[in-house]
Formats: sequence, structure tokens, C-alpha cells
Amino acid sequence: MLKQKRIGRVIKINANMVTAETDAFMTQNEVVYILHEQERLKSEVIRIRGNAAQLQVYESTQGLKVGDEVEFTGELLCVELGPGLLGQIFDGLQNPLPRLAEQCGFFLKRGVYIDSLDDNTEWDFTPAVKEGSLLMPGSTLGSVKEKIFKHSIMAPFNLSGRLEAVNIAKSGKYNLKQAIAKLKDSSGKIHEAFLKQIWPVKIPIKAYAEKLKPTEPLVTKMRLIDSLFPVAKGGTYCIPGPFGAGKTVLQQLTSRHAEVDIVIIAACGERAGEVVETLKTFPKITDPRTGKPLSDRTVIICNTSSMPVAARESSVYTAVTIAEYYRQMGLNVLLLADSTSRWAQAMREMSGRLEEIPGEEAFPAYLGSRIASFYERAGTVKLHDGQTGSVTIGGTVSPAGGNFEEPVTQATLKVVGAFHGLSRERSDARRYPAIDPLISWSKYKGFINETHMAEGHRILKKSHDVSQMMKVIGEEGTSINDYIDFLRGEFFDFVYLQQNAFDKADEATIRERQEYVFNFIYENILKKEFDFKDKEHALKFFQKLRQLFKGLNSAEWESKEFKAIEAEISASLQGR
Amino acid sequence: MNKVYTNIIEIAGDVITVEAEGVGFSEIAEITTARGKSLAQAIRLDNKKVSLQVFTGSKGISTGDKVRFLGHPMMVSSGNDLLGRIFNASGEPMDRGPHLSENMVDIGSPSVNPVKRIIPDKMIRTGIPMIDVFNSLVESQKLPIFSIAGEPYNELLARIAAQAEVDIIILGGMGLKYDDYLFFRDTLAKHGALSRCVFFIHTAADPVVECLLVPDISLAVAEQFALAGKRVLALLTDMTNFCDALKEISITMEQVPSNRGYPGDLYSQLAARYEKAVDFDTAGSITILAATTMPGDDVTHPVPDNTGYITEGQFYLKNKVIEPFGSLSRLKQQVNGKTRDDHRAIMDTMIQLFASYRETLEKQSMGFQMSNWDKKLLNYGRRFENEMMSLSVNIPLEKALDLGWQILSSCFEPEETGIKKSLIEKYWHVKD
Repeated sequence: MLKQKRIGRVIKINANMVTAETDAFMTQNEVVYILHEQERLKSEVIRIRGNAAQLQVYESTQGLKVGDEVEFTGELLCVELGPGLLGQIFDGLQNPLPRLAEQCGFFLKRGVYIDSLDDNTEWDFTPAVKEGSLLMPGSTLGSVKEKIFKHSIMAPFNLSGRLEAVNIAKSGKYNLKQAIAKLKDSSGKIHEAFLKQIWPVKIPIKAYAEKLKPTEPLVTKMRLIDSLFPVAKGGTYCIPGPFGAGKTVLQQLTSRHAEVDIVIIAACGERAGEVVETLKTFPKITDPRTGKPLSDRTVIICNTSSMPVAARESSVYTAVTIAEYYRQMGLNVLLLADSTSRWAQAMREMSGRLEEIPGEEAFPAYLGSRIASFYERAGTVKLHDGQTGSVTIGGTVSPAGGNFEEPVTQATLKVVGAFHGLSRERSDARRYPAIDPLISWSKYKGFINETHMAEGHRILKKSHDVSQMMKVIGEEGTSINDYIDFLRGEFFDFVYLQQNAFDKADEATIRERQEYVFNFIYENILKKEFDFKDKEHALKFFQKLRQLFKGLNSAEWESKEFKAIEAEISASLQGR
Repeated sequence: MNKVYTNIIEIAGDVITVEAEGVGFSEIAEITTARGKSLAQAIRLDNKKVSLQVFTGSKGISTGDKVRFLGHPMMVSSGNDLLGRIFNASGEPMDRGPHLSENMVDIGSPSVNPVKRIIPDKMIRTGIPMIDVFNSLVESQKLPIFSIAGEPYNELLARIAAQAEVDIIILGGMGLKYDDYLFFRDTLAKHGALSRCVFFIHTAADPVVECLLVPDISLAVAEQFALAGKRVLALLTDMTNFCDALKEISITMEQVPSNRGYPGDLYSQLAARYEKAVDFDTAGSITILAATTMPGDDVTHPVPDNTGYITEGQFYLKNKVIEPFGSLSRLKQQVNGKTRDDHRAIMDTMIQLFASYRETLEKQSMGFQMSNWDKKLLNYGRRFENEMMSLSVNIPLEKALDLGWQILSSCFEPEETGIKKSLIEKYWHVKD
């Protein structure tokens, strides 16, 4: 690539889209800085026409003038990958927000970019290979300790073919700028490796042996999800829902309880207040599995709704790239993106300024393929050393008017493996989580016995049908058997699907407990032939049973209390 | 002196295009016409062509009029001198007071760094039981009032403003009827609150473009007070007019509309304003209450729909009362646990029973027979509507909770309420 500095001039400004003219060559998606007085504003080439490049600017364009100089960098938008990411709070361009606050105070200042990782921090490096070892890009060279994890330092992902370690650093302290290895590629060229790597966000990291089918269930500890609409490690799922149905609360609960190694939260175009809650409370919540604060296994990427719109797009890509990086170490990573609709809207704004022919609801025609290629970055992979790692992506969708027929929801449904649709009726009835079991689906295999799961779905459907019928013909006209099925479904919904996020024991249910309780309900209630004198008796019986089960849900697993209530339930089921 | 340009080459809607050099994006220009002077803002630059949005509208502008660029974005004066004053949407005095030019600030300030925000935890008392008890308003919350045109949303805003314990009140009126403006002024004057108020008023008779400035100018002033440690309440009425002004301008600019003619960036535009609500770490706060009229009582209309995704709940005003179903304060959990030990119990129980009352009303209207329980509910529901829901009720939170116990005690037996025993023992009114 030419080393010559390429410059150009601004000729048009239309909100966050700037057109610049140059005589030099240009590269699609390269980063361009707009120089305005003392400021350098980051932007990206999104279209080239003749000798003009159209740039989406990641900052406010206020005050920019026609004639301002621009500088083409030749680099794609990149992130820094290395030890020190965990526990961090970044904006969409990977600027660390706490350090930005130290430097700039209350407000985000445009044109201020801080290194994502502190180059001078020293890390204890332990080599894992010897000189002369044969390696692949992505092979482990050694490790450092980052919070609770052994953070692998890997051969640069951007190299290719077989590599030979010609030099490897001894155990000791190194900062991010000191080379820890020299690697020779097949053409004999020597490359240095560092504790950190730079990687373009829009290109998936593929330094693994093969991509596998997601099979192992990811336990979220939410019964409705795990037992009826499971998610697999390396899979994808989406949560569409109208406002106020509890999408963000659901994401927050998942980020706390999901059984994964690392959680990446991408707050994309949503309320700042919600991010604040996460970033202020996570350091205080202890992760029961590690005994360390939750923030130690979390990375937050936030581009809230009032931050520059173009950076919304980069925030989801930044998040997924960091997720892929940790996957390369053989870890299981969960990426929660809230909300993908805001990202789609950012695309729509930009498409409008590019004067592209609009598709449905003015979204660009490439909406579907962009969404698909984002979700395709999830997956379970087998690494070169035989370990496996995974990236699971869960995205919320905020459909306009709560209508799932809109383009973003539809484009997302085509590519995800599970659909957890929230409904206004359920949230109005205070049935939480408000995932509607009648419209949701999952293509993944969970840990609940399939026949049992099918029976669960069947009874919910039947119960709903009967209740609809009862609205027309009244309770009197319904047969006792239908009525019992209605009660069974309602019971199952109340005591198993609904979960109280404010109850310590009920908030999260481990896999073992879910299997046990689901089996108990299946054997003793869903499959059982009940014999009641009349409907009133049936109703009374189920009301009592529901009350007992609620107590059971609030009892700690395997505690004395749990066993006592279980015995009481079994006794009341006797002779029915 | 800045250079003056006279070659206006296009006038379309309220947007004019002039040939000029060295103009910054969103810079302000002054246009001198036969009618007088008007401000305008650069909204698109294309080589030498500068498109300007004229705040007072383009009526009467001739191609030979003078355009002078001021070299800065839209600014507003800030600080204590503004208190008690009334301005138009461009920041010009509407009262007889002097023109202000001290402490000028840019009305398009950048976004707050999320790490400098704190989790809100202070309740704002309003004296309205439907808010204080059931959907507490929290400092730094952004909350719209969804209502149909014709509901008393301005009365409600004025009452909250007059009674809320805040330091500064900023009123941003968009497309306000002149008598509504007078109503706000008189109500706040009557409560002696005028000296801590600043008004930015755009009336229905003013040019549309100026309407767009109101939220920015109001919130920029609010932000300066908040940074100085003040607790500010910003009232914006009516945000639907703001959205309609956006729609009008974007269509003039030949942008592709997304939903019912509204521009594709409606969400971002609204969020940029509502997200100014903040509780600063080590400084003051901004709370935003806005009125959003819903065309046809349709919550899925783009304006209330996008608003709902941004704000932290909503008050739903219907039939002249705050409707408990449909209203929501997302932040109430942050404050209602530490007011009084019975707050949450009263909140939950009274609403559940009120929901049962509504079901009973339905049954009654269908001609079903009323059981004893139904009769109890009907009695309770009527009392709840008259003594709690009515907007004429004006009592502090503690009195409202006491009233709640009084109503419950006179309508029900303790066990019918499902309230836990310890609270019943403490608060239940024993009948003589």
C-alpha cells in the first residue's frame, strides 16, 4: 500500500454525512479524519463516486465547513484486542468512557479518542510454546492473568499459513507495546507478536479449525426460556416486544444469571439510565460461580440514544469482535445487543442521506443481509488446539407500534435460531417474563425431555383455546375435562413459566432444579387423570395447588423448606 | 463585520438557498427583509450552496435580501438573569424586559457521558395521589403525558410545576394556544412560582420552524442551571407539535419519509432531547415532563410510539383523570421502597382491587347479577375514583396513604385485601 499521505477537501455537508473530494485513490470503508480547527473527527467511507467519497461521520458535524481538509488513513475501522478489556465501559468506537470523563468532564467531547487499552499497564506473561514450535494464526503463544481468566495471547489473526516461533519471550512482566514473540511465515518473513492485536470490526475473526453445530444448551436460569424455548451455546435468538413489555429487564436478568464465561453488553441506541444501572450495580453484585463481582466478566459497549447515530452501527460490530476474540481462547461468550432496531434505524437514516431507493418503511434494501451477516458471527467453533469456544448472540428488537410484521423483526426472524416474542397482553397482566409461549419458538434442543416439553406446549395451547371458547359460551357450556385442561395450563403458566425477579430463590433456577420440577409437574399434574365433582372443586383445588407451588418456588433448592412443601403438594395430590 | 451575501437562488417552503463561502454546518445567519430581521440556520452545505432554515418562515423574502452569517451556532443566554422572564423560541424577550446577552451557550450541546450519571433515587412530590402513590415521579426522570387533544394536560403540567419541590422550572411551549400560555403564566404567578420560572414560548400563530428550537433552547438553559447544582423541572408541551414541525421541514427538504410521513430519524431526534434528563454526579438534575397528544387516542401512532421507547414510562390522561392502567413510572421502584413501609402494599392492593372493580362494572353492564363481593367492589371503586383519582384531590403522600387505609377499611374485611398481617395490625382502621 502506498505510504503517501492522501488528503482531500469537504465539498458537501448534510447532517452526519459529509462528501469529500480527492485526487488520490480511495478505499471503501476506510477511516477518514475530518480536520476542523484543532479537532480530528472520525468518519468512514461508505460510498465512492468519481473522485468524491461519501463519509458517515461518527461525531456531530456542527461547525464543519466546505473546504475543511480530510485525511484518508487506508485502515478499516478497528478495535484493540488484548488483556484489560474485561470490566471496561466503552463507547461505540471503543473509547473508554471512565477515562474520557476524567479528561473531559460531564460531556462527551467530539474528536477526543483515547486508547482503548492502556499501553503501559504491565502483565505477567507465561509462554506456552518453545522456540521452533509450529503454529497457526490464532494459536496460543502464552497467557496472562486477566481478572479470573487465563487470557491467551495468540499469534496474530491477520497472518496466514504455517508459522514458526523463532523467538518467544521468557516469563515476566511486559506491557502492550513490547513484542513477546517473533514468528516466521512460510515465505520466511518475520512478524512480531504483542499482547494486543488490532482487528477490523466488520470482518469476522476466523482463526479456528472449523465451525460446529450449536448443540449444548445455554442455561439462562429463566425457566420459560430454558425449558420451553431453549438457546444453544453458539446460537442466536431475538426478543422483539413493544415498549414497556420488559425487553431490557429480561436482558439484564440474562446478563446476570446466564451460565457463560463472559458477557458482552451492547447498549445500542437505548436509554442512558439503563446503562447507568448496569454499570453502577454490576461491580457490587457477586457472581455466585466465581465469587467475584459480575463486572469482572462483563464488557459494556454503550452508544445510548443521544450519542452520535453513526456510532450505533459500529457499537454492535465492536461488541461482536470482542466476543469473537474471547471465543478464540476457548471461552463461552454471550453477546446481548439492545436494541438492534436502533442500529437498523441508523442504517435507514444514512441510506436516506445517500438518497438510495428506499425499501419497506424506508429501510434500505440491504437491511436483511446486514442483519443476517451480523447474526452469522455467532457460533461454536473448534480451535486449532481442539478446544471449543462459542459466541451466542441475543438481540432485542423494538418494532414500531409493537407490530411484528415490520421489516426489522421479519429480517431477524429469518436468521435466528430462537424467537422469544414479548406480548403487551402478558405484560399488562403482569405475567413476567412476558414471553408469549403461543407465538415463540426455538430450533435448539434443550435439556428437558422432548416428550415432556411437547406436553407443556400442548397444554398451554389447549388451555388458551378453552379460555377463548369460554369467553363466548361461558363456563357453564364447557365440559369438565376441557375446564380441567384450562386450569392445568393456567397452573403451569403461573407456577412454572412466570418467575419473580424480586424473589431471591425464584429469580434464577438452575438446570437441575428445572429438570426436577418440570418432571414433577409432568408426572403429577400434566399427565394425571383428575376426578372432580364439579368445576368449583377443580378451581379450588388448583388455586390451593398454585399457592403451595408459589411457596415452593420461593424456597431454596434442596432446602428443608423445599422438601416440606414438596411433601405437602404430594399429599394433596393423593386421591385426586 | 461578517460578510453579507445577497444572492438567494432558491426559496422553497421555509428553506432558502444562498451562495456563500466559509459557512459552518448549523451556523446561524441573519436575514434582513422588508419585514424586518430573522434568524436562519444552515442545514445543508453543497459547495457554495448553503440551505438555510428560516426561523420566521420564508414569507416575503425576496431574492435580493441580505444574508449575514454570524459565525456561531444558535446560542442562548443562561443564568439567573433569565428567572421570571418570558422569551420566544429564538430567545427574544416577549415581556418588556431587556434583551440578554450574558453567558451565551450553544443550544446543541453534546451528550452526557453515561459514567457521569447516577442512579436516580429522589422522589418529586406533586400532591397528586395518582402520581405520588401509584406512579411516583423521580428526579431526573423523563416522562410524557399521553393524552387526547382536549384533555387537561396543560392544567396537570401547571399544577405539578406549581407544587413540585424543585429549584427552577423551565417551560417550553410548542404550538401553544395563546390562552394556554396566559394560563401557565397566571397559574404559576398565583402560586408565587413565577420568580423561579423561565418561559420559552412558541404559540400556534408563530412560524413552524421556530417550534423546532423550543426543546433545545429550553433544555440548554436547564442544563446550565443543573450544572450549577440546581434541580430543574422542564415542561415541554406539546411534543407532538414539535414532531409535526420536523415532519414538515423534512418533507420540504425532500427526505424520504418512513412512517406516516415522519422522518426516519424521529426516534433519534426525540431521544436527543429527552436524554437531556439527567442526574449529574456531583451537580444538579433535569427532570422532563412533556405533553404528547395522541392523534385518535392511538398509542401506536409514530409520535407516542417512539416516545414510549425513549421515556421512562408515561402518564396516560383519559377522561380527565390519570388512568392507572396504561400509566407507568419505570423509576418508581427506586423511591417507593423508602417513603413509608405501607407504600408498596397500598399501591399494589388498591390497584388490584380497582382492576376487579372494572371487571365488575363490565359484568354489571352486561346485566349479570351482582354478588355481595361485587357490591363491595362497586362501593370501593366509586370511592377510589372520587377520592383518589380525581385531579381535584391535592394531598401529600402520607395523607394519601392514610386515605387509602381509610377507604380499604370501610369497604373490606382485612383478609379480603391480601395485605400482610404486620401492616394490617399497624394501619387498619378498626370499625367501631
